[in-house]
Amino acid sequence: MKRLIKNGRVVDPSQGFDNTLDILIKDGRISNVDKKISSKGLEVFDATGLVVAPGFIDLHVHLREPGFEHKETIASGLDAALAGGFTGVCCMPNTEPVNDTASTTRYILDRAKASGTVAVYPIAAISKGSQGKELAPYAELREEGVRAVSDDGMPVTNAAFMRRVLEYAGSLGLLVIDHAEDPWLTGDGSMHEGSVSVRLGLKGIPAASEVIPILRDIELARLTGQRIHIAHVSTRGAVEAIRTAKEQGVQVSAEATPHHFSLTDEAVVSFDTRTKMSPPLRSQEDVDAVIEGLADGTLDCIASDHAPHAYEEKMVEFDQAPNGIIGLQTSVPLALDQLVRTKKVSLDRMVDAFSCAPARLLGLSDKGTLVPGADADLTIFSTRKQTCLREEDIRSLSRNSPYLGMKLRGAVAATVIGGTIHPAS
Amino acid sequence: MSFHHRHLLGIEGLSASDISLILDTAEKMREVSERPLKKVPALRGKLVINLFFEPSTRTRSSFEIAEKRLSADTMNFSTSTSSVKKGETFLDTVLTLERMRPDCYVMRHGSPGAFHIMFPHTTARLVNAGDGAHEHPTQALLDALTIRENKGGFDGLNVLIVGDIAHPRVVRSNIHLLRTMGANVTVCGPATLMPPHVERLGVEVVTNFEEALRDKDVVMMLRIQLERQRSGLFPSLLEYYKTYGLTRRRLALAREDAIVMHPGPMNRGVEIASDVADGPRSVILDQVENGVAIRMAVLYLLLSGGEDEAAD
Repeated sequence: MKRLIKNGRVVDPSQGFDNTLDILIKDGRISNVDKKISSKGLEVFDATGLVVAPGFIDLHVHLREPGFEHKETIASGLDAALAGGFTGVCCMPNTEPVNDTASTTRYILDRAKASGTVAVYPIAAISKGSQGKELAPYAELREEGVRAVSDDGMPVTNAAFMRRVLEYAGSLGLLVIDHAEDPWLTGDGSMHEGSVSVRLGLKGIPAASEVIPILRDIELARLTGQRIHIAHVSTRGAVEAIRTAKEQGVQVSAEATPHHFSLTDEAVVSFDTRTKMSPPLRSQEDVDAVIEGLADGTLDCIASDHAPHAYEEKMVEFDQAPNGIIGLQTSVPLALDQLVRTKKVSLDRMVDAFSCAPARLLGLSDKGTLVPGADADLTIFSTRKQTCLREEDIRSLSRNSPYLGMKLRGAVAATVIGGTIHPAS
Repeated sequence: MSFHHRHLLGIEGLSASDISLILDTAEKMREVSERPLKKVPALRGKLVINLFFEPSTRTRSSFEIAEKRLSADTMNFSTSTSSVKKGETFLDTVLTLERMRPDCYVMRHGSPGAFHIMFPHTTARLVNAGDGAHEHPTQALLDALTIRENKGGFDGLNVLIVGDIAHPRVVRSNIHLLRTMGANVTVCGPATLMPPHVERLGVEVVTNFEEALRDKDVVMMLRIQLERQRSGLFPSLLEYYKTYGLTRRRLALAREDAIVMHPGPMNRGVEIASDVADGPRSVILDQVENGVAIRMAVLYLLLSGGEDEAAD
């Protein structure tokens, strides 16, 4: 089976491409990338005016299954991912039960296989039950296909335990994804501590709540010589700490979410619970730092932290509402509109952040690149077409998005997985 | 002049003329409470629901008296536990009450901004009787009425607010109101009871009480909740009294005609000495009386207007 993606602007940072090229796909793999490949006898997708990039992988998604199927199922989450331009997603282990065993991982992978074409890379728990006390069985989890571990939402507070985690996971090649938060500094805060929280009378979460554990874990990565990946970086202090550590050769990587580069704590004045997440929306100064971090590669990846919650769970008082928003269908348009259109981040860097960098961190050598022989996973998008997400467009089971009705310049045109083209509807 | 707001959710957003209108109306209302028959028919046939999600004796009774003096029908809906814990959401509680066709809700809620959930679901007017640590506009207005009576106005007045600045709901309302009316506001208290970034509200922050008292026309003492000490925000009540308690000796550092205020209930011997609380400069009980007048004025302005029904 052969297909030709014709005349697209092919951006592949893994090879330094940014040219109008044709891509020949054969048996689900990239066969050739060149100028003017003959289309004779081939099924052709005309990508004129569109950008063609190696498939996007979202490092940070909550698929909620098993245990919270009223918020999202693996099937609905993958449907949203496909519509959002993602060829692969990593799902966080804070399900019920927590994904801390090979059998839960296998369950997720089986459900994913039955549900959709988007690849699922389950992230297993750092500790049993995400309790921060005993190591989860990493070797057994790795055998089942796990590539990363995280106690997302349940920060590891004990530094000695975190050291063991880095040593043990690192020796097995697993990426440790760090939800960096000091639970005591966060306390019962529900928004960023700053000039807006003092006006609204909502308890604040200081930036230091994120920066302190990041500094700790950078030191532990240095001490152990192992890798660490910082999830959802939201503060200037964190960006600067990571930049310095990288300059010193510490193996630290990081991600930022679209909401942390597109919204500030000013959004909370509406008391709309769709502006409540962890870490919280920060100040303009922090947003600027996150964007600078993405631009210079201090923050390697863009990840959505897609966190579905049912209507009735979010339709409560702000300080009582659960954290998180859905993001799979708005990530790419937000990056195009807020980063690329504004020329703050190059298109090349954006593609790297969505594709090459996550593939590299997960050790997926056949992904995140368009070299011949790689999997034919592509994200095809327009930098000019407008996206305006309406409720009826949402593929996720939940609707907790602050971006509904917002006009964003940039739209996903098609998601190609293993050579099969899924046009955006 | 007329009041162009549908609701009274906070002082933030009110203009100086809005505030003056409420204070002027309250002065007229005070006369009603002095009559032998303390009642006017202004709100006859209007249903006001006092919706209290947190315990409150003073504010609720003050509102209830104001409602009754204006001849409104009143209904009290109080619950000390949060609706979330009870198993019914706040919104469902509101939707249920909505079918009783109220004209106005007077609401106290522990969560800042809880009103924003109600907006799309009610046609009634809303009066905020305190939402978490956010706003408590009628308390700030009754404080303002008391200040105006005693000082004649606000322009250039030096007001000191002392104590727990972080937690009480009235602080932000008072700051917005006094700043809007042209007063200078200083806040004073232990750094652990000071909300981070409070200076962004346009106030001066002074930690030393003696220094802060200098040149002040108004000294507003705030209640110290005993659980603040238990949660480690200051070492002991005695130490608090020694550092921030308003004694006669300290009061002498303020202007000689300075007035002393307290929203109540007071902790005598913690934030205020008895001889100051009961002394000639204290206007604490006048505040209570002005509370009824202010609440009558607010309800009257929101509910009795015919011509402004569609405004705002």
